[in-house]
Amino acid sequence: MAQMAIERVSKRFKTNTVLDDVSLSAETGEIVVVFGPSGSGKTVLLRLIAGVEDLDAGSISLQGKDVTNAAPEARGLGMAFQNFALFPHMSAFDNIASALTAGASSKSQILSKVEAVARLLKIGHVLQHAPRELSNGQKQRTALARALVSDPRILLLDDPLRNVDAKLRYEMRMELPSLLKTSGSTVLYVTQDYKEAMALGDRIAVLLDGKFAQVATPAQVYREPASLDVARLFGDPTVNVIPTTPTLENGLPVFDIGGASIALPSSYAHVAGRACVVGVRPESIAVSEAFASGAFPVEVVAVTPLNEKSVLLLRAGDGRELLASEAGEGELTRRRGPACASFDRDAMLVFDAASGLRIAPQSH
Amino acid sequence: MEHSSPLEKVLRGLAIALIMIFFLFPIFWIFLMSFQTNEDILRIPPSLFFSPTLSNYQALITGKLETVSGTLDIAFMRNLWNSVLLSTVSVGLALILGVPAAYAFARYKFPLSEDIAFTLLSFRFAPPLLVLLPLSLYYQQIGLTDTYVGLIWVYQLIALPLILWIVRGYFEDISPDIESAYRISGHSWWRTFTRIAVPLAGPGIAAAGLLAFIFCWNNFVFALILASADKQPVTVGSLAFVTAAGIQYGQIAAAIVLSITPTLAIALWAQRYLVEGLSLGAVKG
Repeated sequence: MAQMAIERVSKRFKTNTVLDDVSLSAETGEIVVVFGPSGSGKTVLLRLIAGVEDLDAGSISLQGKDVTNAAPEARGLGMAFQNFALFPHMSAFDNIASALTAGASSKSQILSKVEAVARLLKIGHVLQHAPRELSNGQKQRTALARALVSDPRILLLDDPLRNVDAKLRYEMRMELPSLLKTSGSTVLYVTQDYKEAMALGDRIAVLLDGKFAQVATPAQVYREPASLDVARLFGDPTVNVIPTTPTLENGLPVFDIGGASIALPSSYAHVAGRACVVGVRPESIAVSEAFASGAFPVEVVAVTPLNEKSVLLLRAGDGRELLASEAGEGELTRRRGPACASFDRDAMLVFDAASGLRIAPQSH
Repeated sequence: MEHSSPLEKVLRGLAIALIMIFFLFPIFWIFLMSFQTNEDILRIPPSLFFSPTLSNYQALITGKLETVSGTLDIAFMRNLWNSVLLSTVSVGLALILGVPAAYAFARYKFPLSEDIAFTLLSFRFAPPLLVLLPLSLYYQQIGLTDTYVGLIWVYQLIALPLILWIVRGYFEDISPDIESAYRISGHSWWRTFTRIAVPLAGPGIAAAGLLAFIFCWNNFVFALILASADKQPVTVGSLAFVTAAGIQYGQIAAAIVLSITPTLAIALWAQRYLVEGLSLGAVKG
């Protein structure tokens, strides 16, 4: 029995359809990340589950109970908001305790529970402060503590790391998975940072234009994206896109880049003659100064450091620009000018040009 | 902080002092007048030196007005009490009706919500005298003329739109997420309204209540037409000081001092609720 089941849910604001016939389920203890660009309806989905917003069609059940028409206070879940939504006229302690005061907990129980969760989130020393006296990181932890303190079976986290600085975001990205796993709750986590999605999710539900484009494990979403749009959302720099119509040559599908023919794996033989889009992730492009088989000539135009890797801007013979990335500080060693590039064949992705859906390789 | 030269500071202080004198002098002068006899007040040229007398206050409190042509009964204390009663109950009622209504207008979009809100505001555009003529006829028919209930009802025309529109703005400034968070924590709608929405809109409610109280207190024309002597507030009651034996300036001054005291006291008391920035730091902007 799924802890959380959303079935065929639709939501419209006037004429604007935000969620269109969306279904999703999550098991006990599972962390499902709802990922998508801003405006894709992630927050609306969370608000529907929380009962803060009414849905137009479909049903929602939590812990096996249909709560489609239940009031927010009757759903028994915890939620952390992107903007923290702390109660400004209450201390951090009262903010956290507010999740317990509605229940049957005694004063001493409330005290010990709040202190325990505050210790866990390292905000024990600021419990008596008002929200305006807290730093952004402390506010975010207070909001998280408020969601966690009542030990809800279902936890909704709406981009809780959006408004904290980079260092804290990094720290929390490390801490959160274990924190959420120990809570044993089913977690729906909304983010628009693909790294966060990959780091935290047992599964990622990619929300695009009001529909789930793909619901799968992080590895699957990255390696076998359901569509070109999904592939574009994961990875930095983004996937290289080469529109082409492959032809068969000696039994291998090949396509052309600047006069050089590049072969796809034989498992893609069925795409020959079809209008396709080939996707190559930057890290799947190897650039060397010596010629290798299957390589094609390019010019290294620019080298930009990006965190721990370098991004190379390449220009092929036909003027097509490609981005490659490689580990290390190539900026110092990499020469601009003519070079050879080759694709990691097994990592190439092929999409249908018209629909944008991925074409899976066929095994023989 | 901007830096200013000593000269600028002196000039600024001087300007503030001038403005204060301009606005406060009449009140100061009235305060002095309230301790003078009519002869002292009407002396030419006027003088700051006089032998103070409490006879004006005595006359007001005892209700016996001594004039050259004899003793008149005045109901000033009764008028003062009427003012307190009418203003307090009117504002109280307007708050009970207006704050939930303001919340509804701020949070929920229902058919014609904007039109209803605007209609309520438009009551304040209408010239009171225009409204009063038909109103006094209706009041006579349904027996509300010269009753406290009738006056309090008509005072809603003053207080309700003011409270509704000011408080609505304050509710709109509260992030709905704050209220959602409280409800998700397991609290009912009503508890959320009383524990979160109302306290956060507190400064607005205090400001609107205070303004409404002052407007009700200062109202003249509604009570003049719709009430007789024993239901009239001080504003109308002060007409009694224009007697056959002349205008009793001393008593008028004393009456003004007594009648601005409650509003002043309430303003000073409400000031602490007018703190701004209470909602700072709740949400990341």
